[in-house]
Amino acid sequence: MWRFIAGRLLQAIPVILAVITVTFFLVRVAPGGPFDSEKAVIPEVKAALEAQYRLDLPLGQQYLAYLADLAKGELGPSFKYPGRSVNELIAAGLPATAELGAYALLVAVVLGGLAGVIASLKPNSAQDYIPMSVAMIGICMPTFLLGPLLVLLFGIHLEWLPVAGWGDMPGDKILPSLTLGAAYAAYTARLSRAGMLEVMSQDYIRTARAKGLPEWQVVTRHALRGGLIPVVAFLGPAFAGLLAGSFVVETIFQIPGLGRFYVQAAFNRDYTMILGTTVFLSTLIVLFNLLSDVLAAWLNPRLRAQFGEA
Amino acid sequence: MNPVFSLSARVFLACTLVACSTGESNVGQGNREGVFHVGNGSEPQGLDPHVVTGVPESKIIDTLFEGLTRKNPWTLEPEPGAAASWEFSEDLRVITFYMQPEGRWSNGDPVTAHDFVWSWRRALDPAMGNLYAYMLYPVENAEAYATGKLSDPEQVGVRALDDMTLQVTLNAPTPYFLQLMDHYSSYAVHRATIERFGKSTDRFTQWTRVGNIVTNGPFQLKEWQLNRRIAVERNPHYWDADVLRLNGVVFYPTENIVSEERMFRVHQLHYTGDVPLNKIPAYRKLPNTPFVEAPFLGTYFYLLNTERPPLDDVLVRRALSLAVDREAVTRNVLYGSNNPAYSITPPGTLGYQPPQLFSYDPAEARRLLAEAGYPEGAGWPGLELIYNTSESHRKIAVALQQMWKDVLNIEVTLSNQEWKVYLDSVSEMNFQIARRGWIGDYVDPNNFLDMYISGGGNNNTGFSDPVYDDLILQQAPRAATEEERFALFYEAETRLMEQMPIIPIYTYASKHLVHPSVRGLPPNLMDFINVKYIYLDDVPLTEIELE
Repeated sequence: MWRFIAGRLLQAIPVILAVITVTFFLVRVAPGGPFDSEKAVIPEVKAALEAQYRLDLPLGQQYLAYLADLAKGELGPSFKYPGRSVNELIAAGLPATAELGAYALLVAVVLGGLAGVIASLKPNSAQDYIPMSVAMIGICMPTFLLGPLLVLLFGIHLEWLPVAGWGDMPGDKILPSLTLGAAYAAYTARLSRAGMLEVMSQDYIRTARAKGLPEWQVVTRHALRGGLIPVVAFLGPAFAGLLAGSFVVETIFQIPGLGRFYVQAAFNRDYTMILGTTVFLSTLIVLFNLLSDVLAAWLNPRLRAQFGEA
Repeated sequence: MNPVFSLSARVFLACTLVACSTGESNVGQGNREGVFHVGNGSEPQGLDPHVVTGVPESKIIDTLFEGLTRKNPWTLEPEPGAAASWEFSEDLRVITFYMQPEGRWSNGDPVTAHDFVWSWRRALDPAMGNLYAYMLYPVENAEAYATGKLSDPEQVGVRALDDMTLQVTLNAPTPYFLQLMDHYSSYAVHRATIERFGKSTDRFTQWTRVGNIVTNGPFQLKEWQLNRRIAVERNPHYWDADVLRLNGVVFYPTENIVSEERMFRVHQLHYTGDVPLNKIPAYRKLPNTPFVEAPFLGTYFYLLNTERPPLDDVLVRRALSLAVDREAVTRNVLYGSNNPAYSITPPGTLGYQPPQLFSYDPAEARRLLAEAGYPEGAGWPGLELIYNTSESHRKIAVALQQMWKDVLNIEVTLSNQEWKVYLDSVSEMNFQIARRGWIGDYVDPNNFLDMYISGGGNNNTGFSDPVYDDLILQQAPRAATEEERFALFYEAETRLMEQMPIIPIYTYASKHLVHPSVRGLPPNLMDFINVKYIYLDDVPLTEIELE
């Protein structure tokens, strides 16, 4: 098991290095620079700015200097926010985004898992079709539509919940978490339904039934663990995806998260910020994929046996 | 699971089960406590007046800092700020400012003339990379120092005669100079604080953080949470603290104007930085509407690249301009929220009225195009219009594309570009027609007209006319009276609009939602907020029901 983890971590290094290299040179190819603005910039001013950010050095040298800083854990100063380092900006944005992602995941697992399991118990009946149709709508409905709809209903008409903010008012975390979680809930619903259906046709389920267990115990004690493996495998990448992809929800609800910094950095040509967030998020994605593989192995006896031998 | 997470998870679940009440609104609480809640566009880049550029930044910096003067929000005339009074020399080239005797920084230090000398040198220091350094160019030798042609800052025309007397020498009489004194690029910063955290020209230091920053304005920094809020509270050392009626201001980075409008509707904001276009009609219908609109010192126009065919022909440029029904654009696309523009300077800039040489004239437009060799659009080589990605720019471009098709029977293709790509295309003149907007830095026609001098950094059209250059650069600054100066501007602008290197479309309007409790916040041409005059009435909050 440990050898497997160590091997995967070693494999991750060239992947992340490749991400850094490609991103570093791609952002430089994009037209326009961090200091371009609507009003013409005086050449002397631009030169002074470029010198402050090492942009006057040859590109290769800039790349090596960046890698050297990165080795020390420094992501460099932001172009857009003078006086702030990229490390600081990521640290400032991460808690809200991570918390939002965790709640969204909770929504996804609880609502989605429940819907999937319920649907799988009576396949091809109303009990199956209704939750699965709702799930299909959930997958198709983009967050930029669902968010404002929820706000209109719960925030403006019913006045139950705040329309924006994060931790400013009681209950302001509910709508963003539901919005972001909905699409993922829909996926988990479909995954858990498929997983459960497969498991329910296995021999050991027939055995469990044959020995006279009530159906709910068959489901909770025997089927659920195997049936949810696809969901667990999905959760790792999903959480990383939630962190990187919460931009729209963060914008709709004015959440001070990482997603807004990430997308704005690209528009602003904030080179260090684009690189910093990309490196950070790609590292997270690698780690979460690994984590979900380990978790899936732990849930699945057949895979666990493999690791045991290794 | 760490304790913080599990606690918030439990709170979250509890809230999901029991629908929580939303508590008292910001506006209700703010009215009682004298705290003004402002939707402020985007997270400010920073708070160093010599580093940042932008409207959200300026709104915050104006509460924290104070220049030599501060504009009256009704008249836009300069009132005493860090300077208690000032006088001009006979030849109007030397201004002597007398500092406020009670002027204090937020740490209690006196605000002196030396602070301004040091700060202006910092603002102009080439190593600073200050994008707004040019605002101080009217000062003698400022430009030479800022561009590295002169290395001795002592030569710049700003001197402290003693602690309380500041003398500024200008290159030439500059009628709008006092206006520049409440632009943040001319603000004083606290030397000891800046030097405590690094080199004076270093952009990366921590001196503007809460707890570090020392300012001389009516308010001081209390709280700064990235992408969440910035709160300022009264500066107890402020010289004019007795007139202040607000106890604090909270700025929210409301990047998404649709969300901002919703926050306003549920009383989370007193004031919005903008209003979504499609909500304007519904807000207008409200009794006692919170929608406030006023002419704003800016023009929306299209740049024409006069160096590329077919736009190198003035007849084609005029045909395109005359075929635009500006009234229809402002009425139908902009919901009647802006005024049609027929020249670059907004009408009424300091009382100046620009020439209107033309109006919507389809027949004349067709005639001009035929004269240029494209009768009824025959043989038209095609044309591309670029704009930066935005729904409202797209709508206007589509409207004009259709007008040109209907009136002139010509094809114009539209191409949207991402912001920085678009900026690059414009500055490299890599376009045929490009969307453009210009907001004045100060109220004077010069701020619009000096864009089109030959080779000007913001010209971007290839327009070049030696007579125009002479009028703007030589004659107007030496005019004896304001009327004479305006007559010279009028003559120059007439030449500009005859050559039509730009197609003016509309004059900007500022648009805000302002809660009825807010007083002392008059609309003005600069969309300028003077926090010293604002106060909040404790009016009952009524529900805002839009159709």
